[in-house]
Amino acid sequence: MLEIRDLKLTLNGKPILDGLNFAVEKGRIHGLLGVNGVGKTTLANLLMGISYPDKGSIVFEGQDITRRDISERARMGITLAWQEPARFEGLTIREYLRMNRHLSPREANNFLWMVGLPPADYLDRGVDTSLSGGERKRVELACVMAMKPKVAILDEPDSGIDVVSLPHIMNAIAEMGKRGSAVLLITHGEEAVNVADEILIMCAGRIINHGPPQAMCEWFRGNCSTCKHIGQPDLEGA
Amino acid sequence: MVAVREYEAMLEAYSRAGGSLEALRSKDVGNLVIHGNKVLGVNEARGIKIETQETETGVNVHFLVEEGAKISHPVHLCFGVLPQQGLQEIVLEVEALADSEVDVIAHCIFPNALDVTHRMNADIVIGDHARFCYHETHYHGESGGVNVIPHGRIRVGKKGLWQSSFTLIEGCVGTLDYDFEVFGDEKSVSELLVKVSGKKEDEINVVERIYLEGKEARGLAKTRLVLSDNARALFRGETYGNAPFARGHVDCLEIVNGDGVVAKAIPVVCVNDKRAKVTHEAAIGSIDSKQMQTLMARGLSEEEAVDVIVKGILR
Ligand SMILES: Nc1ncnc2c1ncn2[C@@H]1O[C@H](COP(=O)(O)OP(=O)(O)O)[C@@H](O)[C@H]1O
Ligand SMILES: [Mg+2]
Repeated sequence: MLEIRDLKLTLNGKPILDGLNFAVEKGRIHGLLGVNGVGKTTLANLLMGISYPDKGSIVFEGQDITRRDISERARMGITLAWQEPARFEGLTIREYLRMNRHLSPREANNFLWMVGLPPADYLDRGVDTSLSGGERKRVELACVMAMKPKVAILDEPDSGIDVVSLPHIMNAIAEMGKRGSAVLLITHGEEAVNVADEILIMCAGRIINHGPPQAMCEWFRGNCSTCKHIGQPDLEGA
Repeated sequence: MVAVREYEAMLEAYSRAGGSLEALRSKDVGNLVIHGNKVLGVNEARGIKIETQETETGVNVHFLVEEGAKISHPVHLCFGVLPQQGLQEIVLEVEALADSEVDVIAHCIFPNALDVTHRMNADIVIGDHARFCYHETHYHGESGGVNVIPHGRIRVGKKGLWQSSFTLIEGCVGTLDYDFEVFGDEKSVSELLVKVSGKKEDEINVVERIYLEGKEARGLAKTRLVLSDNARALFRGETYGNAPFARGHVDCLEIVNGDGVVAKAIPVVCVNDKRAKVTHEAAIGSIDSKQMQTLMARGLSEEEAVDVIVKGILR
């Protein structure tokens, strides 16, 4: 459904993505593992059209969308849940969910329930600084679900979520897969790994391994904890 | 006969601006309608006394809320100048006696102005434990020919509450010289909010001053300005913590959405008691790019995203 071909991106002289290749498929949840600073958020931004790669292409349903802007991609069915979502003044959660104009009030309620937020308590609240970090991220996930996207890019939806709410989040993500979305699930967490159909491991600007969740998780722990490729301060550039 | 026709014209302009006619016609709802220097209608609801005196250039108004009176329906004030030229000077004296509670909604209507000046000098005293909420909304035409000069001085008694908003987002501002100052006594709460959308050649000056004079007094001076085209704006927000445990905050957000815009903010925070605390935040700049990206990732176009963000800020 979405294919990433040989993506390259250099920031401040430092290669972040260096020949990245993979594809996400309809109805499948692809977990993306990589240590802090490896470039996962950078990749998410390229896929959404927030920034553009130096080389390579992004192909969606056979069309090259590498240079398309954010709105165009969103209308094609791609959306992103930010790792640190923006806050808005004067915008309620109800209005935020109903950015998708075809969404019924009932569906909006359902999506909130799915991320563990009772609609009666949340619909009229602002998507503002009064929400805790975890609440804001759950609202973000509900909003992505409300888009009924073909491709959902979720940037660490599980980080900063309390243990009671975590199962809700995971069920919601699994449900997205069941409803036919292709999900790119950027994560560190074991729970998240468990809902994935496949795991991709990112290192040194590439996908260096991929396969079934449990095996990849062990491989990641064994090999990437001592990885010297990334996450190092860029002394030359400083 | 002329007055009747003027009254009908004012009501029509008021209703077109979104005001509720039902409220003005109901016996239970206090209201006052002034066109230029003519008082066209007064209704004193129970617990409210309104005295007026026409002057050469405007109207002197004395507005009293009786002690302990809890006014259930908001009181509507309607000020306007319908012709293209005019001067309206309102001198407003307000006394809200102890333990009273009222909401006042003021509609200021200048739909055809080419050269209209509307000046208001308000002297407002809020008694102990009284609650007074004042919301003023302006409806201007598109020509920018209005000169609006609202000045207010408010004293809030012990445990009293003053909450005001000034909204000018319909039509062109013209020039605005808003200057309100509030003095808060012990445990009082004072909040000033100004929301203005400036465009074309608008000139906007906003001054909010809060003096926290009593122990544990609290205050908030908040402003939201959205500026496009060649609009110019200066915000000055001052808060003085002059008593123990007084808490104040100045909060200013100016969105610059045009190449000719000049925006300036001067927050002043001052403390004269070591147990008082006053803070401020001021942000001036274009629309937050992450907010834009977020809304666009939900399928909105760039213009639609700007619209949602700006409407939210001015809400
Ligand atoms: N705008 C930028 N300019 C330069 N370097 C950046 C920029 N944004 C991110 N980086 C760097 O790119 C690398 C990848 O960051 P990021 O994608 O946020 O990693 P991750 O999401 O995997 O933790 C980091 O080393 C970060 O410091
Ligand atoms: Mg990241």
